[in-house]
Amino acid sequence: MRWIVSVCRRAWRQLTSMRTALVLLFLLAVAAIPGSVLPQRNVSPEQVRQYLRDNTEWGPTLERFYFFDVYASPWFSAIYLLLFTSLVGCLVPRFRVHFAALFRKPPSAPARFSRLPASVSDIAPVPAADVVSVLRRRRFRTVVRVDGDVTEISAEKGYLKETGNLVFHFALLSLLLGVAYGSWFGWHGNRLLVQGQDFAFCNTLLNYDEHALGARVGEGDLPKFCLRMDKFAATYLDSGQPVTYKADVTVTQAGRTSSHLLQVNDPLRLDGANVSLLGHGYAPRLRYTDKYGKTHEQVAAFLPKDGMLTSDGVATFPDVNLNPDTGTRDEKAQIGFSGVYLPTLPSDPSVASSAFPAEKDPRLMLQAYQGVLGFDAGAPLSVYTLDQRQIDAKRLTKFGDPIMLKPGEKGTLPDGTTVEFVGTEQWISISIRHDPGQPIVLGGAVALLAGLLGSLTGKRRRVFFRITPTAMSAGGLPRGDYPGFTEEFDAIVAAVAPAASVPGQVAQTDVKEVV
Amino acid sequence: MGGLSNQLLVVTIFSYVLAMMAYAVEYAFGPRSLVGQRVLVGAGGPASSDISDISDSSVGARRAGVAAVGLTVLGYLAHLGALVARGIAADRAPWGNMYEFVMTATLVGVSAWLIVLAKWRNLRHLGLFVTLVASILLSIAGMTLYVPVGPLVPALQSYWLVIHVGAAATASGTFLVGFVAAAMHLIRLGHDQGKRNFPYSLGERLPQAGVLERVTFRVHAFAFPIWTFGVIGGAIWAEAAWGRYWNWDPKETWSFIAWVVYACYLHARSTPSVSRRITSWIAVVGWATMLVNLFGVNLVASGLHSYAGV
Repeated sequence: MRWIVSVCRRAWRQLTSMRTALVLLFLLAVAAIPGSVLPQRNVSPEQVRQYLRDNTEWGPTLERFYFFDVYASPWFSAIYLLLFTSLVGCLVPRFRVHFAALFRKPPSAPARFSRLPASVSDIAPVPAADVVSVLRRRRFRTVVRVDGDVTEISAEKGYLKETGNLVFHFALLSLLLGVAYGSWFGWHGNRLLVQGQDFAFCNTLLNYDEHALGARVGEGDLPKFCLRMDKFAATYLDSGQPVTYKADVTVTQAGRTSSHLLQVNDPLRLDGANVSLLGHGYAPRLRYTDKYGKTHEQVAAFLPKDGMLTSDGVATFPDVNLNPDTGTRDEKAQIGFSGVYLPTLPSDPSVASSAFPAEKDPRLMLQAYQGVLGFDAGAPLSVYTLDQRQIDAKRLTKFGDPIMLKPGEKGTLPDGTTVEFVGTEQWISISIRHDPGQPIVLGGAVALLAGLLGSLTGKRRRVFFRITPTAMSAGGLPRGDYPGFTEEFDAIVAAVAPAASVPGQVAQTDVKEVV
Repeated sequence: MGGLSNQLLVVTIFSYVLAMMAYAVEYAFGPRSLVGQRVLVGAGGPASSDISDISDSSVGARRAGVAAVGLTVLGYLAHLGALVARGIAADRAPWGNMYEFVMTATLVGVSAWLIVLAKWRNLRHLGLFVTLVASILLSIAGMTLYVPVGPLVPALQSYWLVIHVGAAATASGTFLVGFVAAAMHLIRLGHDQGKRNFPYSLGERLPQAGVLERVTFRVHAFAFPIWTFGVIGGAIWAEAAWGRYWNWDPKETWSFIAWVVYACYLHARSTPSVSRRITSWIAVVGWATMLVNLFGVNLVASGLHSYAGV
């Protein structure tokens, strides 16, 4: 039993030692590196899937050891939790000591000042009250002790250093708590929002393209509001570099409707959720007329591939060619289009990428596919690509030649059906997020910075005076690294005693480097 | 104005290169450093300063040193002018892309160097290394990172650009000087141990190890809160721009890594049992993480900060 206690005590002492803390800090830095090299699931899940497809040999091993979730991995968590444990173990005793020091009087003067780093003796005595007033004016905490006809004055200053130090480290703890609180009680979702009433979005999980709820958040906790994008406008330089993005949105919350301008760097702060504008693009509107003359319309958001908004995507028409006489349809004659949209056709037509991000001379290039789109298979499908498995299995095959259309133009497929490029709608991608931990983190960050400044600028030092009826002596003790201490000490002595009476032999036993 | 900025940058680089040569002349032919030779002063210690050493100093070398400082100041003014002209031409804070960021960070670095020089005049020939690093970085900026003057992409149109990137550039420039001092300290330590191969052979003319170490610490202690502030400002901006204050994108990750390494440095420095050699090595590692963050992340990784690329 005693043996266990002693092992535990030794382990605890080891953990709370500065060396261990330094090693853990260094490990933390090293452990963070893989997350900047490998794609991370919480940032770019699609890239992680791509990486796993491309690296079948290494991928699964990396996956098993959480290399795609580095910052939520057991080993990363272990390092920072150990670090914080070590921190607490180190801070609590220091806090107790410092708290006591804050209320304790400066200690009595040492017997021999000549042993202190700075000292001076044989000055003409002055009244103790004068010394005290000089020290108090310099914001020293000062105490006078009288013993017979000897008066000793002890003064101390620079408590800010340790206070700042403790504030800094406790602020780190509060950051951790804030982050944890936010991840339990926060939620977020991303959504691509096409302009117009038809595509308005209401805040329920079903309506998100992707979302994540905190551990303590239920679906019913989401605030109720609806969003509609009315208009999106972007301006560009001649080089194609964007200058402004502006989205007009209408919000309906708690029965009230209001209009807002949503811009990058200017989020819409709703009650219980912040809406940020992340990106934008074009959504071509296609009208397909099937064999029986029935028209089907779809607005398909295309994803930009480059800064000039060359975009690709797909439009799918699974419910076409319903025979009005029999009420049946050929399930193997579904139609899909894979397309590339160029807002501005380049002057060199062999380049299949847009020349400018705005719609100066738009073209839509389409390749029709016919067959089984694969929606019924149940497997999750991207809405931005056709199902490659169906194409590979020849269940979905190219149907006719590629078509290039201007807005308003029609193309004809081999079976006489037509597809019309009606025009485009704009879309924006938005992130909607609620993080109740933010105020804690912000407060922690401010405290951290304040504590840091205090701990780096504060300098703890003590000054002592001993006054006898015939002479006065003084000594000074900087605690920690403080190169300017002797200057300060000299200034104090000069302020206390008239300059003439200082013999001018400020003794220094430390090594003074001449710089 | 944009053209003027480019011309001034050329003047800047030339001045720094010439200053570097002048520093090198002084370094090679001048007297051994006076710094730290008078070790013990006052009570007890004999005045060990060797007067003859000073009188030996070649006048030519000293003139070269003075000229080097003059050229540094000239280059500094041209550097400042280039940045101001760039800001006027673009009508915004001149650190909206990597080219401008490197220009700003090196300007801060040279400012920090001039301040160090004003305070510790005898460190003068360390300017060799500061101008070396500054002219290399500026040449890289001018040759490979240059972009014409232009307005900012929407993502950067925020007053946080001034605060966040300004703080990051200031801290980077100051860390640069801290790195130079740390590297000098290590060279001097190696030299004191009897190593004579390159680069320890340079140690002979360097100031005393303790002095270099103290400068290293003070510069880092100054830069670290600015870096902290820059990272916090970045988090506040990220909250407004992307809805989330911390995204673990590569730039943020490396800022975090640099912060942790520099925090490690400050802790190690305040721990008596850790040798000053190790602390200076940590400072060098810290600068390496800063370089990865500036060049590696901007040029290789893609993330939310990708507009910070070239």
